[in-house]
Amino acid sequence: MPTPQAQPNPPGNAGARGGDQALSDARQSGSPAVAAAARAAARLKDQPGALLPILHAVQDELGCIPADAVPAIAEALNLSRAEVHGVLTFYPHFRTEPAGRHVLEVCRAESCQAMGGERLAEHARQALGCDFHGTTADGAFTLEPVYCLGLCAQSPAVMLDGQPHARVTPDKLGRLLDRAAQHDTGVQP
Amino acid sequence: MSAPVTIYLPRDAAALAMDADAVAQAIEREAQRHGVAVQLVRNGSRGLLWLEPLAEVATPAGRIAYGPVQPEDVAGLFEAGWLQGAPHALCHGPTEDIPYLKRQQRLTFARVGITDPLSTDDYLAHGGLQGLQRALAMTPQQIVDEVAASGLRGRGGAAFPTGIKWKTVLTTPAPQKYIVCNADEGDSGTYSDRLLMEGDPYVLIEGMAIAGLAVEATYGYIYVRSEYPHAIATLNQAIAQARGAGWLGDDIQGSGRRFDLEVRVGAGAYICGEETSLLESLEGKRGVVRAKPPLPAIAGLFGQPTVINNVISLASVPIILARGAAYYRDYGVGRSHGTLPFQLAGNLKRGGLVEAAFGLTLRELLVDFGGGSASGRPLRAVQVGGPLGAYLPESQWDVPLDYEAYAGISAMVGHGGIVAFDDTVDMARMARYAMEFCAVESCGKCTPCRIGAVRGVETLDKIATRGPQHEQQVHLLRDLCDTMLGGSLCALGGMTPYPVLSALNHFPEDFGVAAQTAAHPT
Repeated sequence: MPTPQAQPNPPGNAGARGGDQALSDARQSGSPAVAAAARAAARLKDQPGALLPILHAVQDELGCIPADAVPAIAEALNLSRAEVHGVLTFYPHFRTEPAGRHVLEVCRAESCQAMGGERLAEHARQALGCDFHGTTADGAFTLEPVYCLGLCAQSPAVMLDGQPHARVTPDKLGRLLDRAAQHDTGVQP
Repeated sequence: MSAPVTIYLPRDAAALAMDADAVAQAIEREAQRHGVAVQLVRNGSRGLLWLEPLAEVATPAGRIAYGPVQPEDVAGLFEAGWLQGAPHALCHGPTEDIPYLKRQQRLTFARVGITDPLSTDDYLAHGGLQGLQRALAMTPQQIVDEVAASGLRGRGGAAFPTGIKWKTVLTTPAPQKYIVCNADEGDSGTYSDRLLMEGDPYVLIEGMAIAGLAVEATYGYIYVRSEYPHAIATLNQAIAQARGAGWLGDDIQGSGRRFDLEVRVGAGAYICGEETSLLESLEGKRGVVRAKPPLPAIAGLFGQPTVINNVISLASVPIILARGAAYYRDYGVGRSHGTLPFQLAGNLKRGGLVEAAFGLTLRELLVDFGGGSASGRPLRAVQVGGPLGAYLPESQWDVPLDYEAYAGISAMVGHGGIVAFDDTVDMARMARYAMEFCAVESCGKCTPCRIGAVRGVETLDKIATRGPQHEQQVHLLRDLCDTMLGGSLCALGGMTPYPVLSALNHFPEDFGVAAQTAAHPT
């Protein structure tokens, strides 16, 4: 990854505390969160503005950013835990608790509303038996709102496990959820 | 087997969301069954989004369009002889002759849907890189002058003259300058950035490289929202290939000039589409808006002079350099030069991307292109310019779409998103949604936005109950909008009143007030 030259004081560079020794110790940690955070930090900390890329890397690996990852990231970037916590909680994409096995994001924005998006959102709530930001009792699905997937000419739209689906009717949503649930029973013991 | 027939099937998220991958598999399967060779090219989307997945068969008579194709249609298409361009219920004839496409002026989107987005050969064969090559022979000042002369204004919504922004960065000395592309396209009803990044990523890369040469910046960032995983993947591949082709790096095209860039991924915060908040986010902080001045052009990313432009602004630069400022400037009306990719969305029969010169009317877009409502009911309100744009009633649909004319009716063209609603819409609910959205997405820095939006939701809830102090509540809502308009630090709080007040002024019956009360008291 090429980096620009002459970075003027890029914030987030490791300072006195966040030494390589501390990072290398953390990578050996028995806590998967600490180890993942240390790996991501070791790889990315020298980028200018490294905090968001590190948070993305941890979440991509673990599915969430557990609380014990925060001190390790803060240490690596020479930030306070409060600063890392502040960033982590500012962005809706980052989660501190694991999601269900599948994540259903239903668009709540205007274009989807113009095409029955609210009815679809209600249907999703009913079908899953949980509210937005919630997870079904069996841990299969987490329901999240999303404000625009860029599929506005084909509203209403949802994203299921990162895959976009457009012109979603309650029936179509039901089929998508069934297929995801069947996939679970197919691959899990 | 004879020479393979080329079939184009988009890889754009709009096509994938309608099962394009399953269609691709069905095509491969049927081709094998019929013993014919086909070459499947996964192109960008033509922007005829009601026809996605839109497959095109390359025939001696040109590319023939079939859509929307579902997996179960494929066997029938082969039997009908689509490889020879034969008629079929899903056939629309030559793609280029489809009126929706033929009536457009595709400048920025010239290649989108035509080429393989990741093929550097395709890019060169369709006029790519000519702008960068010309820019490499020019001085920074000449490039800035050319962009200024084109009349290009910021396509993200603010419509600030791009040339002036670039000139400020060029004339501000600094050890390091940056080009930042704002690809945090969070407005509902907008998707032109996404279509472009997925359909022709090289034109954005070329535009950013030209911007780098123009202001003597050597590094760039594309800040893409996390809701666009396909755009992120496409851009990352394209950047790697552009480096390999010598379009980026330490020695661009053997010129000795340097520019490189990378993708940074957002994390679901709408406010990060605001430029100073985006810069904070790139620096690894909470996306909290900065006070201006200083302008980002003087003290932007990491405190350095920074060009921050929207995807479409930067992607329009290559054609301006390649064809000259006058070519671009001659499109449009008044002080709105060039073209804008309008995005038809919501309750329309034919939603899609319409790149056209400024000056056409909303009615032309809604009726001639959009074909009226998808539901078959009368259209009632149209929101132009995203969640912060005004709702326009039918009486305003004949105002020409240009920046100044829209400002004249307290509306904004913005990023060109157009969301149509039929007569089942409750405008008081949409006004409430605007306030609710502002409350959810506020960065919290300034009080009018952070508190005002919450009070706005409460007030609109009271209005909905038609309680004893109904008229006073409406008056209160106006006062609140006035405070937000005048007192907010950025456009989120400052423009949320646009959808709210336009809904109240144009559709007072939905708020339970007579037209006189609704009309602004001053």
